[in-house]
Amino acid sequence: MGKVILEVRELSTKYVTRFGENVYAVDRVSLKVEEGKSLGIAGESGCGKSTLALSLMGYYFAPLHYISGDIIIDGQNISKMHPDEVRRKILGKEIAYIPQAAMNALNPTLKIINFIEDVIHAHDPKVPKKEIHDMARQRFEELGLPAEVLQKYPVELSGGMKQRTVIATSVILSPKVLIADEPSSALDVTSQKMVIKMLKDMMEKGLVKAMIFITHELPLLYNVTDDIMVMYAGQIVEQGTAQQVVFDPLHPYSKGLMGSIIVPESGVRDVKLTAIPGAPPNLKRPPQGCRFADRCKYVQAECRVQSIYMREAANNRAYRCIFPEEQLRKVYQNE
Amino acid sequence: MNDTVLQGVNLTKVFGWGKQKTIAVDHVNFEIRAGEVCSIVGESGSGKTTLAKMLLGLLNPTEGEIYFQGKKRDISTQRKKREYWKNIQAIFQDPYSAYNIFNKIDTLLLDCIRMRGDFWLPREKKIELMSEACSFVNLEYKELTNKYPFELSGGQMQRLMIARIFLLKPKILIADEPTSMIDACSRATILDMLMKLRDEVGMTIIFITHDIGLAYYVSDTVYIMERGKIVESGSADQVILTPHHPYTRRLISDVPKIHEAWDLSTVTYSGL
Repeated sequence: MGKVILEVRELSTKYVTRFGENVYAVDRVSLKVEEGKSLGIAGESGCGKSTLALSLMGYYFAPLHYISGDIIIDGQNISKMHPDEVRRKILGKEIAYIPQAAMNALNPTLKIINFIEDVIHAHDPKVPKKEIHDMARQRFEELGLPAEVLQKYPVELSGGMKQRTVIATSVILSPKVLIADEPSSALDVTSQKMVIKMLKDMMEKGLVKAMIFITHELPLLYNVTDDIMVMYAGQIVEQGTAQQVVFDPLHPYSKGLMGSIIVPESGVRDVKLTAIPGAPPNLKRPPQGCRFADRCKYVQAECRVQSIYMREAANNRAYRCIFPEEQLRKVYQNE
Repeated sequence: MNDTVLQGVNLTKVFGWGKQKTIAVDHVNFEIRAGEVCSIVGESGSGKTTLAKMLLGLLNPTEGEIYFQGKKRDISTQRKKREYWKNIQAIFQDPYSAYNIFNKIDTLLLDCIRMRGDFWLPREKKIELMSEACSFVNLEYKELTNKYPFELSGGQMQRLMIARIFLLKPKILIADEPTSMIDACSRATILDMLMKLRDEVGMTIIFITHDIGLAYYVSDTVYIMERGKIVESGSADQVILTPHHPYTRRLISDVPKIHEAWDLSTVTYSGL
């Protein structure tokens, strides 16, 4: 077992609306990422994936609020730090974040190099420009991006190139953990592949020590990450290796998700896509029992009575369901 | 060949002139039969949306002809254009920008009924039609009435778009990346509904997408487009499982797969 770079214990966060209502978007999430490993988070829209990503950075601003839990990056607990301190010491250096539409993060009035200067000066205003230029050029070349990009304005670059520029910029201070939230969903398949290659290269070259990758595209997740966690209504419902979760899902929700995979391979046309009916529950008043109960095909009366806890399964897996593993497998087999 | 509904002969669209000249669609020929689901696949900038706009009559071709049901398409007047649009409709990529934000959902659906020429129907009959259309796409008319489109989620809006199509029952539907803005779970629902339209109404569907996996799953015929030209076409199995053109092969290798290894070493960084 390698060194644990990121550890999260029972993290809960909430949104507070204009009317003072609480929306519990992340509910007691625990996870561990080892050095050199990547973790994928899957789930449909509105299940709390992106909120989890924001919460992991430890930088809370309204309407997002911290409730409880610990975030430990390489032995350092950041969950009790003051937001300004987090911004100065942690963001960019220890943990970096690539938002969903990352290419919109570039300032249209600045050349890429000036933008990078701003980023570095936010952390240390005394770094000389010459040093920043050398650093940026070196990092861009390492990642296979042409150095002339640095002298361009964002409008002169294509979508895929902007995305890669933002990713290269986000790792310029060599953060330990990189959180990528749908980094390729706005791109076409060819640019998507370039972005993925770049993320993989960064892991291999050790520019980042651990990565959390968030997407709803399961084939992509399967190819990029070592482990996968499935999230539903703010909770983790299943965790295991990518192989286990994609080919042998245990939780009924993961099972449903895997039914929506489309890939250009023979045999795909013969399998009917399965869709999960209904919508996730309202997290202002999360249901008492299993949160998936209303949409689950195998729901029982006792599912709705009390909260369901994560259950350990063989091969280091865990899932959140009242049924034991053998029983679930038997049910799936009879279909 | 009587069952050809839409045919393009040497379709060409050129934007700009002189140095700025861009040939978006370059002498494209195709023939689409009634009840067929066909896909046009290509990466961004390959001209697939320009082609769709020409088919819809939103752009005039620079050169070439479009034949609709064996006759040359005539949309020279507004009246003829409206008549044409009864036969050909579209679903667009971004459901958030496809609606008029000032109109309620009722207005939207009533407009469809009026376009069908059923303006004179009594109110109850119209409500019945709207409810039927909504339930076709698993929406509840009672919950939608008196609401505005922005009160719906992306997946719901896209389904409402299909409800519109169900009311109008055009002969041809052009779906321009209908699932790229919504997540994978709603995607299955949307695709199911489009297939239902084909099976129950006998609609011809033209899919425009960059996701070759999606094209393979839904279509009978696939056209691969590169820089304005159709470089490969044929039945879905033929094109995807035994691709001949290097561009098709590249597109297939760019999509992540789960049963075969995904080869990342073929990536070449190019362009800005």
